[in-house]
Amino acid sequence: MAYCPERKVVTQMAVVAVEKRKKANVWTREILSRAIRDSLLKLDPRTLYRNPIMLIVEFGAALTSVLYLRDLVSGEPFDTLRFEAQIAIWLWFTVIFANFAEAIAEGRGKAQAATLRKTRTQTTAQRVKADGTLETVPSSALRKGDIVVVGLNELIPGDGDVVEGIAYVNEAAITGESAPVLKEPGTDIRSSVTGGTTVVSDELRIRITANPGETFLDRMIGLVEGASRQKTPNEIALNILLAGLTFIFLMVTVTLQPFANYAGNLISVVVLVALLVCLIPTTIGGLLSAIGIAGMDRLVQRNVLAMSGRAVEAAGDIDTLLLDKTGTITFGNRLAAEFIALDEQGNGRLIEAAVRSSLLDTTPEGRSILDLAKSQGFGSLVATLDVSEGDFVPFAAETRMSGIRRDGRATMKGAADAVVAATGRPAPAAYTAAVQRISSEGGTPLGVIDDGEILGLVYLKDTVKPGMAARFEELRRMGIRTIMVTGDNPLTAATIAREAGVDDFIAQARPEDKIARIREEQAQGRLVAMTGDGTNDAPALAQADVGVAMNSGTQAAKEAGNMVDLDSDPTKLIEIVGIGKQLLMTRGALTTFSIANDVAKYFAILPAAFVVSYPVLDTLNIMRLESPESAILSAIIFNALVIIALVPLALRGVAYKPIGAGPLLARNALIYGLGGIAVPFIGIKLIDMFVNLAHLA
Amino acid sequence: MTLSDTSFLIVYVAVLVAIARPLGLFMMAVYEGRRTLLHPVIRPLEAGIYRVAGIDERREQGWRAYLFALLGFNLAGFLLLYFILRVQGSLPLNPENLPGMKPSLAFNAAVSFTTNTNWQSDGGETTASYFSQMVGFTFQNFVSAAVGMAVLVALIRGLSRHSANTVGNFWVDLTRGTLYILLPMSFIFALFLVSQGVIQNFDSYRSVTTVEGAEQVLAMGPAASQVAIKQLGTNGGGFFNANSAVPFENPTAWTNLLEMLAILIIPAGLVYMYGKMVGSTRHGWIVFGVMTTWLVIMAVVANVAEQSGNSNLADAGVTQDAGDGQPGGNMEGKEVRFGIGQSTLWANATTLASNGSVNSMHDSYTPLGGLVPMVNMLTSEVIFGGVGSGMYGMVIYIILAVFIAGLMVGRTPEYLGKKIEAREMKAVMLGVLAFSLVLLTWTAVGAVNSFGTDTTNNLGPHGFSEIFYAFTSGAANNGSAFAGLGVNGTFYNVGIGVCMLVGRFLFIVPVMVIAGSMAAKKRVAPGPGTFPTDGLVFGGLLFGVIVIVGLLTFFPAISLGPVVEHFMLRDGLLS
Repeated sequence: MAYCPERKVVTQMAVVAVEKRKKANVWTREILSRAIRDSLLKLDPRTLYRNPIMLIVEFGAALTSVLYLRDLVSGEPFDTLRFEAQIAIWLWFTVIFANFAEAIAEGRGKAQAATLRKTRTQTTAQRVKADGTLETVPSSALRKGDIVVVGLNELIPGDGDVVEGIAYVNEAAITGESAPVLKEPGTDIRSSVTGGTTVVSDELRIRITANPGETFLDRMIGLVEGASRQKTPNEIALNILLAGLTFIFLMVTVTLQPFANYAGNLISVVVLVALLVCLIPTTIGGLLSAIGIAGMDRLVQRNVLAMSGRAVEAAGDIDTLLLDKTGTITFGNRLAAEFIALDEQGNGRLIEAAVRSSLLDTTPEGRSILDLAKSQGFGSLVATLDVSEGDFVPFAAETRMSGIRRDGRATMKGAADAVVAATGRPAPAAYTAAVQRISSEGGTPLGVIDDGEILGLVYLKDTVKPGMAARFEELRRMGIRTIMVTGDNPLTAATIAREAGVDDFIAQARPEDKIARIREEQAQGRLVAMTGDGTNDAPALAQADVGVAMNSGTQAAKEAGNMVDLDSDPTKLIEIVGIGKQLLMTRGALTTFSIANDVAKYFAILPAAFVVSYPVLDTLNIMRLESPESAILSAIIFNALVIIALVPLALRGVAYKPIGAGPLLARNALIYGLGGIAVPFIGIKLIDMFVNLAHLA
Repeated sequence: MTLSDTSFLIVYVAVLVAIARPLGLFMMAVYEGRRTLLHPVIRPLEAGIYRVAGIDERREQGWRAYLFALLGFNLAGFLLLYFILRVQGSLPLNPENLPGMKPSLAFNAAVSFTTNTNWQSDGGETTASYFSQMVGFTFQNFVSAAVGMAVLVALIRGLSRHSANTVGNFWVDLTRGTLYILLPMSFIFALFLVSQGVIQNFDSYRSVTTVEGAEQVLAMGPAASQVAIKQLGTNGGGFFNANSAVPFENPTAWTNLLEMLAILIIPAGLVYMYGKMVGSTRHGWIVFGVMTTWLVIMAVVANVAEQSGNSNLADAGVTQDAGDGQPGGNMEGKEVRFGIGQSTLWANATTLASNGSVNSMHDSYTPLGGLVPMVNMLTSEVIFGGVGSGMYGMVIYIILAVFIAGLMVGRTPEYLGKKIEAREMKAVMLGVLAFSLVLLTWTAVGAVNSFGTDTTNNLGPHGFSEIFYAFTSGAANNGSAFAGLGVNGTFYNVGIGVCMLVGRFLFIVPVMVIAGSMAAKKRVAPGPGTFPTDGLVFGGLLFGVIVIVGLLTFFPAISLGPVVEHFMLRDGLLS
């Protein structure tokens, strides 16, 4: 294994510590006032029909209002009118609260979309005509294949590939990252540019790759706005359940009248409507779409764009993660991990020589040798050693060494066999043994010589980013297996895999190995997620259930995946899975809560409805609510208020703890199941006390 | 509860648990076509049937073909039985010269026996000839039970297979269930019953002079063979109108215990078989545990309610405390031989298991005691339930529980490695909806029309209970009668008939849809993130879903019937 310093730019990636983005406040005045306006606009039945549960509530509200007006005209007693008016008001509020939940969830996305849209409309482009001259056209006139020239401080008019020129581009409009990115042609990844970003140096010639309306920016606007939001498969199934329950409770309410008739009792339509609204799952019905939008929004906040809600849902179901080793699990550079001197006394000399040979070395390997020396108590040596009079010998393919030469004395480090050859003598047995050990462990041995004498070795290895092992452990507890993909030989791969704590690895991987492995996992019934950026990743990204393309990646990769990470951070996948799970959990928790709520509502309303014919049923009034009117009113008020009270939870999501499905289920069943039974008993009782205190009934 | 009642309950449950595994394993072997002890005797017969009927036993059907075969078989069975009942007067084996039944009664009875309900608007011995009983009813007693088991087996195949498009062969499942399971068990059980004194003859009815000197006509007939299958096949249609309260059907303490066990053993064995065949015995036991817990709770509630008696009687100076030679409590409508413990336990077993045979009269129970059988049936018979139908009905609730709560672990819901999606939810909701729709609607119609209320024995909430119970019994395919309601009119015959049809087939159709769509799905590998269906938490959730989704629908109806009656009785408002 030859010493081969890779000249790669060290990516400045915050690994485990997730970038603490400034938490955008949901409750800004602007968003709030827009949400209030929208929640009134959404009362339009033509909008509301998409939410059948709320449509029924609105129907009930309208019916109650009409009955109130009728009774007002016919001069019913004050008590009846007061009761009916309040029921009608609270029914309207129930719908408005549900609309508000949806509007507030959409609010942030809408604000974001407005900013993005501004970027789009102002763009014009310099198109290259067939004869080579330029013409100015609006960016909306650009078609696939057009070539445009974009100069300094101009907006790039559409998605495309750089065909000529090298320039820095500011992508802050899309990614929020202010540091400009270098773009040049022919480099697969760095040649792709996104419309709406700005050239901040030089000039680029770009071939447009997307028609207007299909660009990344357009898709992004559609997504954050929620305009292109479609119901996900699980949402559809959940809606069937909710519609079924609603129909059942509609039947229960309708047949209650004949039952009451038999008992010689007539229940007023207002009370029946109140009972119906209390029983149908209004809580989850009102919050369901807000939960979905908020889930998408949480992704957007982490700079991830999901192309469909389906993908977010699939993220929660992921069983297997395919992660590239380089740049994701490891830093991607071989870094010094250990000094191995040939004998115990020689340790100091070895370190000094290694430091000396590296002081002027700017490669990551050289830097890491200095870092390692510092961490072993040689900090002062690194700080004081003066090599200014020596000549730095950079690494060359022929010598495979680098170091410093002064007055004919060379202090060099390099490939294990190259340095031995440079001494002209056979290597000591201890040296050969150490080289073998390092190689067998998948590391790279770096020989160090000073003045023709072999001092020892530096053990270079591919270093796992700190905290990755803990992260994978967490994933395992979530029930997710991680597979590391690397071009390394099996030996090296195994070492890294062990160190990082991944469950499996693919060594010497070619792009087709990746896709084969994905198919294999899927055949066993697992859902697979992966990240990728290159064009050759595209098929695998498309095959995976969740394919996260890096924004820095090629257009092909971005189109193949179903999510794009604007930060181009492969470890983001782990967060994406968490967000998917959180979305599903929130949905489940609120459904359970909503259905469990019904128990208390029955106990509040039934005794009240039959107070005339069966006063003995008051035994069921276990909350000891004051009067039939206050009982029904309190139940309706609780039903409306609980929607608004749960809006923050719906937007934030239920906290996800990676403790395994069993304990998680026990925990949530306790909080939302049993809690869902208990909370309304307390809530309705408290409201009833207030209602009576305020003489509302 | 008295000590003897408590120990009886414990013994009963213990025997049930002990039988479940061996019986489940045996039935599993039968449906998988493996060799069993009965092979030498029955295999030639089975092969003969296939040859005559031209069935290729290795050829499997898709869920549609399976379902159509099933529906066709049931339709033919219904028509045949309807025809027999209409013309029984001119058929043989009719020593009492009973005439053909009127259309509405024949419709009701034919539906009743084809749907494994065995609701009897008529009294068995007074309207049906021996031919109708033996050829018509008994045949359906066997095959309706076998059909239930066939549906369950098809569902199991759907759940345990993946990427498959067949769920088995209906004709083979039907034949095997009848030949290897129901016939041999009934045969042995009938022999036991005869040994205990259950009658088995073709005599005409006998007149005897009682010790009080009165003349009484005693109905005769081939009872033992009927009783055996009516219990084992959760049919419940008694040979005699008073069912297993009649000494000719249930003469001794042993017959009482074993008849009561016979109600639940096949359903219990099927629960074990289900767990084993879908690949999670633990899951099977958890479901079994949920069912047993329900049984025990309900048995205790009914027992305590009956034992505490009727306050009106107490006011009249009747002692209702248990004492020497005196069972105490409410003994109205109960056999002195069985007392409260064995009567209420039977009432539970029979209403849980869609059996419907009785050894006491539920109408005479205290309001709370009578509430118990009603609640049991309102679960749509999924606690042990009917033969086959109980477990496949339970799967509807399991899927519902998994769907509602499954999301709470952060994955889209899956059951036994299969994703639950829109199609399954449609099927599940259809089943739940149809049951409550038909039951509530007919009760509502009955409650406000004179043709519904005229024939109730009682007024007020008890009368309402009688109407509600009748339709519940029909829709749940139970067939037990609250009694106290004249049901041989056109309204009840047709209404209950419709309830029975809906309760049976609008469960079978969705279940078969689920079987088909689950079979075609890929299986998701289980992992630590998978929703656990084999733990106590799941058991609790399942229990909760049955109570909340299953029972909340009927909370108003229950409140207006037994509950309000209980409060009125308590407050001395009933006299």
